[in-house]
Amino acid sequence: MRAYIIRSLLQSLIVLWMVLLIVFLMLHMTGDPADVLMPDEATLEEIAAFNKERGFDQPLYVQYFNFLFGHQQNKGVLRGDFGISFYHNVPAMGLVTERIPATAILAVFALFVGLVIAIPTGILSAVFRKTWIDYFSSVLSMAGQSIPNFWLGLILIILFSEILGWLPTSGYREAKSIILPGLAAGLYATARIMRMTRSTLLEVMSQDFVNTARSKGIAEALVIGRHALKNASIPIVTIIGLELGGLLSGTVVVEVIFAWPGVGWLVVESINVNDYPVVQAAVALLSLMFVGVNLAVDIVYAWLDPRVTYS
Amino acid sequence: MAMDNPMDAGGAPRFDQELDDRGPSDLQLALQDLLKRPPALFGVFCIIVTILWALAPGLFSPHDPLQQDLLRHLKPPGFVDDAGNTYWLGTDRLGRDILSRIIWGSRVSLAVGFAAVFVSGFIGISTGLIAGYYGGKIDAVISRIVDTALAIPFVLLALAIIAILGASLQNIVLAISLRTWTVYTRVVRGEVFALKDTDMVTGARSAGCNTPRVMLVYLLPNVFSSCIVVATIYLGRMIIIESSFSFLGMGVPPPTPTWGGMLADGRGFLDTAWWLTFFPGVVLTLTVLGVNLLGDWLRDVLDPRMKRLDD
Repeated sequence: MRAYIIRSLLQSLIVLWMVLLIVFLMLHMTGDPADVLMPDEATLEEIAAFNKERGFDQPLYVQYFNFLFGHQQNKGVLRGDFGISFYHNVPAMGLVTERIPATAILAVFALFVGLVIAIPTGILSAVFRKTWIDYFSSVLSMAGQSIPNFWLGLILIILFSEILGWLPTSGYREAKSIILPGLAAGLYATARIMRMTRSTLLEVMSQDFVNTARSKGIAEALVIGRHALKNASIPIVTIIGLELGGLLSGTVVVEVIFAWPGVGWLVVESINVNDYPVVQAAVALLSLMFVGVNLAVDIVYAWLDPRVTYS
Repeated sequence: MAMDNPMDAGGAPRFDQELDDRGPSDLQLALQDLLKRPPALFGVFCIIVTILWALAPGLFSPHDPLQQDLLRHLKPPGFVDDAGNTYWLGTDRLGRDILSRIIWGSRVSLAVGFAAVFVSGFIGISTGLIAGYYGGKIDAVISRIVDTALAIPFVLLALAIIAILGASLQNIVLAISLRTWTVYTRVVRGEVFALKDTDMVTGARSAGCNTPRVMLVYLLPNVFSSCIVVATIYLGRMIIIESSFSFLGMGVPPPTPTWGGMLADGRGFLDTAWWLTFFPGVVLTLTVLGVNLLGDWLRDVLDPRMKRLDD
């Protein structure tokens, strides 16, 4: 168990190193960072001065070293310094961390809505297989996997904000303004968790120990609640972790539609004004969060399933 | 749904090998099966309509998708102008016909979707074959690259790459393929792992086949059906991602009609002209739904190994 955790940790560190490499190389994709960062009408002198100031005139390996460990006032990304935002003129990382809570709240709320809908529906459709409950939930999960979340967001605005006037079209201050973006963002996760709950529960319920429990005369509700669900929980926990990781970076368009002040909206705005230090900081930080969530899931997994040894 | 499958009927135990050896009757059986599954049939219908639109938009589109006329801007569905032309789904803010733009917009969606599926399939199948066949260090390296691709906030990175390299069709396809290849890698790697020690492969090797030949002639055909299933399932998601990029203004630039771009146009008129948002989204959803329904069915027919109780 300990060796397994240490190995997961090492693998996560390798992944983070590769993420930082990609983040570093992002600006060099066209061959010259000034192409990307400077306005088209910049003169050659301005570009030269810019390159000198930012260290882009150095050889690539020196730049990479500076990127990681710092250069002049910059402390380096290993200490969380992604440089100064061109547009806002404050540290890029600060801008991103400021926006993390909004994204995290939206992701957690969307996942919560997803779980509240998906787990009971998934259980019911497994228990009442081939009844109208099952068919209804399979239609729901098919629709959930096919409707684009941003279109659902727009339709929800038309319905609940424009026609019925119940909920605000955008905003962050009021508690009820999270409802529409949460529903739109959570739809896909809901569908996936529902499907997973149903199929794993069906798989577990066809195993011998469930029949044994039944033949001992245990009430059906107890058989499902205590024996089947507990054993079905592992894949369900895994997919919940995956969906949360996906939601943290997958709510971009929903954030834009609802003017939800999260990281996704910040990055789209920053891309539009060529403010790449912010984009780099956001990509790195969200990757770190994703890797962290996955590591946690791996550890919970090992803890939930003592049968599995990780050699 | 699996119970409706005639290949399951008869009660005899079924072996995966049986399906592979059946030859041409496979196709007949598959088609007979398709006719008995209304959801899959509906899926096929949706896809055929979209493909026909994309191949010959001129045949179906009632008007020129680019022709502007401010005198007829923002007209509701069913509007008839003085010359007696009907605009079945209404017109947009520049007076362009919505229906014609939806029909022409299918081109970008399908072109990007199919191209991204092929590009990511090519990368993923190659890396999966190599990782599964060689195992060991090579497998470890490829697995870490896969982990990295999964950890990075893919939509944000893809948007940044499109912004940096320019919004051309091939850059969009590349950016969208950034993550999906990993799905193929995982599927192919797992199957090759199981296949490489079978008599088939050891026999081929002792008969003097070199590694590329073993991979292409013996391994590839055996993993191909799983790849078709993955490709179909992911085609729908690729189409959604393309439309969300177009929605954010990072897709194929105007005036080329795209479904995502049409939804972005409609966003300013959510309170006055719902048809701008409603119809393109319905068609987008039906296309993705069609692909997903087809994918579900293909999974049953092509790949009994991937079959789970939920299908």
